[in-house]
Amino acid sequence: MSDVYLDQRYIGKVDNPEEFVKNVKLDRQKNKLPNTLNISYDKSMDEINIELSKGRARRPLIIVENGESKLTEDLMKQLEKSEVNWDGLVAKGVIEYLDALEEEDAYVALSPEEVTKEHTHLEINPIVILGLTTSLVPYANFVQSSRLNRGSKTQKQAIGMYASNYLLRMDTDVSVLQYPQRPIVRTFMYDITEQEKHPAGQNITIALMSYKGYNMQDAIILNKGSVERGLARSFYFRPYAVEELRYLGGLTDEICVPDKEVKGYKSEKDYKLLEEDGVISPETKVKEEDVLVGKTSPPRFLGELEEFSIAASIRRESSVVVRHGEEGIVDLVIVTENEEGNKLVQVRLRDQRVPEIGDKFASRHGQKGVVGFIADQSDMPFSASGIVPDLIFSPHSVPGRMTISHLIEILAGKVGALSGRYIDGTTFQAEPEQDLRKFLLELGFRENGTERMYNGMTGEEFEAKIFVGNIYYLRLKHMVANKLHARASGRLQLLTRQPIEGRSKGGGLRLGEMEKDCLVAHGASLLLKERFDSDKTVVHVCEECGMLAINDSYRNRKFCQKCGSNVEITAIELSYAFKLLLDEIKALGIYPRLKLKSKY
Amino acid sequence: MEFKDLKGRVSERIIEDLKKALEDRKISKKDENKIVEMILKDYEDAQINPGEAIGIVTAESFGEPGTQMTLRTFHYAGVAEVNVTLGLPRIIEIFDARKEIKTPMMEIYLKKPYNKEPEKVRKIANLIKGTKIIEVVNEFTINLSSLQVELILNKPKMRDMNITETHLVNAINEGIKGVNIKQDKDKIILKVKPKEDELMETYKVKEKVKDVYIRGIKGISYLLPVKKQNEFIILTAGSNLKEVLEISEVDETRTVTNDIFEIQSVLGIEAARQAIINEASKVIEDQGLDIDMRHIIFIADVMTRTGDIKGITRSGITGEKESVLARASFEIPIKHIINASLLGEEDHLNSVIENVLLNQVVPLGTGLPGLVAKMKGNKEKDKEKYKK
Repeated sequence: MSDVYLDQRYIGKVDNPEEFVKNVKLDRQKNKLPNTLNISYDKSMDEINIELSKGRARRPLIIVENGESKLTEDLMKQLEKSEVNWDGLVAKGVIEYLDALEEEDAYVALSPEEVTKEHTHLEINPIVILGLTTSLVPYANFVQSSRLNRGSKTQKQAIGMYASNYLLRMDTDVSVLQYPQRPIVRTFMYDITEQEKHPAGQNITIALMSYKGYNMQDAIILNKGSVERGLARSFYFRPYAVEELRYLGGLTDEICVPDKEVKGYKSEKDYKLLEEDGVISPETKVKEEDVLVGKTSPPRFLGELEEFSIAASIRRESSVVVRHGEEGIVDLVIVTENEEGNKLVQVRLRDQRVPEIGDKFASRHGQKGVVGFIADQSDMPFSASGIVPDLIFSPHSVPGRMTISHLIEILAGKVGALSGRYIDGTTFQAEPEQDLRKFLLELGFRENGTERMYNGMTGEEFEAKIFVGNIYYLRLKHMVANKLHARASGRLQLLTRQPIEGRSKGGGLRLGEMEKDCLVAHGASLLLKERFDSDKTVVHVCEECGMLAINDSYRNRKFCQKCGSNVEITAIELSYAFKLLLDEIKALGIYPRLKLKSKY
Repeated sequence: MEFKDLKGRVSERIIEDLKKALEDRKISKKDENKIVEMILKDYEDAQINPGEAIGIVTAESFGEPGTQMTLRTFHYAGVAEVNVTLGLPRIIEIFDARKEIKTPMMEIYLKKPYNKEPEKVRKIANLIKGTKIIEVVNEFTINLSSLQVELILNKPKMRDMNITETHLVNAINEGIKGVNIKQDKDKIILKVKPKEDELMETYKVKEKVKDVYIRGIKGISYLLPVKKQNEFIILTAGSNLKEVLEISEVDETRTVTNDIFEIQSVLGIEAARQAIINEASKVIEDQGLDIDMRHIIFIADVMTRTGDIKGITRSGITGEKESVLARASFEIPIKHIINASLLGEEDHLNSVIENVLLNQVVPLGTGLPGLVAKMKGNKEKDKEKYKK
């Protein structure tokens, strides 16, 4: 007698456990039991576990009976004609789902050829061990698994046609590639997921070589000619939204060209791009800080109203301007209403992004890098047949990472481009490398994909043969234009008088504690002082009591609040942060006393 | 520059070494002087300049490779080997000067005749291994009616371990005061001497008796004889340096423990300093890092310079900094500021952090030297001039 548990709760006993399990499985295939049920017999514990609970990861498999797959030729033909579908196969008991527990009792064949009498199931396709994005990588069985993970991660960051209705959408921080292509080397997942409806890269010619050190450490070289012909060009979209908010007391925002009386009025020049209704018109070129939508708001505090009674003069200017460091062309203007019935104006900016030094690119194999140099086409290496690569990739990026699939894709891409066909690179069932080499030889090239090339700058032949081919390259959404940041001087924090933080606010770049330690370790004391003097102030100290004294520059008088003006008061220079610390110590009820001494 | 001039300019040891080296060779006076000059130059070049920030350089030299250290605590070398805390957790243990370390461990070396044969080694190992009462007792029960603790013995195990009941009785006699011990067959009965809180006392005895050692050395729980090169040594889990060194077969010149505080109490502070150096460099080497020995020595020196082991913590050497502001900027600032105000402490701004805080020049490197100029002219006259 074996115990039977349903969802880990004891429900009874069974005489013949193996027979029982077998019958339950058969009943499930005949749809007498739900197909979400899984059962397994644990011999060592002599117990049967039946699971119906939620949240179990389950895996579909084709059932094998007496060494024959239940997915017969007939069924395959029906599938092709769409006479049956997946659910039909599940209902017919051809496919069943196993959970982790039941999987233990299954013996799964990976391909129909290897099915024997002992097998209980057949894998639908070996590629199912990979996820959706990972199975987009061609020749993935020729690469380290961690590279595949990274490769899928970068594919998700690729710029492409992210949605075909992008012209009607108001997405934040999106880009659209100008000339997306389908890859020459593809996997069958491209058909299943209809990738041609949203392609994400371009087929380019690549050469594996170094170029004057500009492509060391994963950097890449772009061909200026290719860039000017439109390689990897994209549009960057940024939406702005303005709402006419309603406030207490019937006051509202007003979208208009602000009146000159308004508090915070910029200047006439700043509003000249606006139409009469206070909204900018489409296809206007704008740069940072330009007004997109003019808006005025009522005063923040009602108290202000009573002091000055002319209502217009105390309205605040609250126009929406182009973000700091960004520019573009007004792409779309929408004037509408939101859920609350307030007037809503949305403006979308479009900025053409031509690849520049610092932009990020990647292949599908976890080989990512930034542009290190954009070389004139005349300076690029060329092959005997006159082919100039679009991109130069450093060969040092390959051996350590063992991305063999990257190399095979270049080879396959070359064959595909030369013979005008797509190459199937589906993991485990791709066109074999030997065949590709044979085709290349037939096409009149060296079978290993290398070619004789010449230095574009001197015209000399390179001693080594260069590996050239075609590969699908992705432009990633990380662009320097969105990240570049530097500042000399600018806004300060109110409390500490130190520079504010953040690129969008034009903040400073913090020289942190560890960076400070480096300066100290080098003994660069004077440089350290200069670096940290962003908040230096002059304070006056009463030498009698050691507290901060008051410098009344208006009356040209210095005095101490405690000791009066008949004491020696000295001006010293220190960081405002320390002055703040003294104040906070005083707030603790502690008397911090400064004793001054001449430094020399 | 002659040989005798070296005295006082280089360390004594270099002079001695040089003397020894010169004795065996026939070197002309001229060459000797040349050698002396070269040695002096090298010695002076190797010295650290005034104002060099050795503390921060040391901290950086540890900190940067420390980021690459694996956080994995345990390391199993072989199947049966004792596991030892290594990596970052061990480094923290050493530099924080933790009293209770996670995995105390000893390497016991034996004297000549005993360290060759595994049989003899095993015999000594058995002598060292601590055996507690709980290991040979099947059950501890309290008889509530008579207020007695009854220990039901595991006779076969006792026979295997060569322990008699008299051994047990003696051990309990020594280990626990104020109990009457009776011997029954297969049982030992303990009765607490009449007292106020007898029941509580009985419970306490029941728990206490479990940890009484029958024999062996306290604190050592596991032993493993291992062959190292061509002799047998004993690795232990748990450490008790003092009592192990008392065993006559143990080679006291080579036996070590990884418990630094134990080394300090048995062998003194200089030994503890060396232990810190050894333990730290062991971890660093194990992790495949390369940190200059002088940094490790420097840290060990700072930790032991008072004669006590002080960790690099707010209760250790960092808490002993002279400057209030420097202490306050490390950890729990308010406590330091308030205590300083109670004592009326002064901060003379002599060190680095305080000056960074105030945006002043730190007294290091280019900020250290001052310039003294000799003025020409009449001193008295100048003084008057300044007064005006």
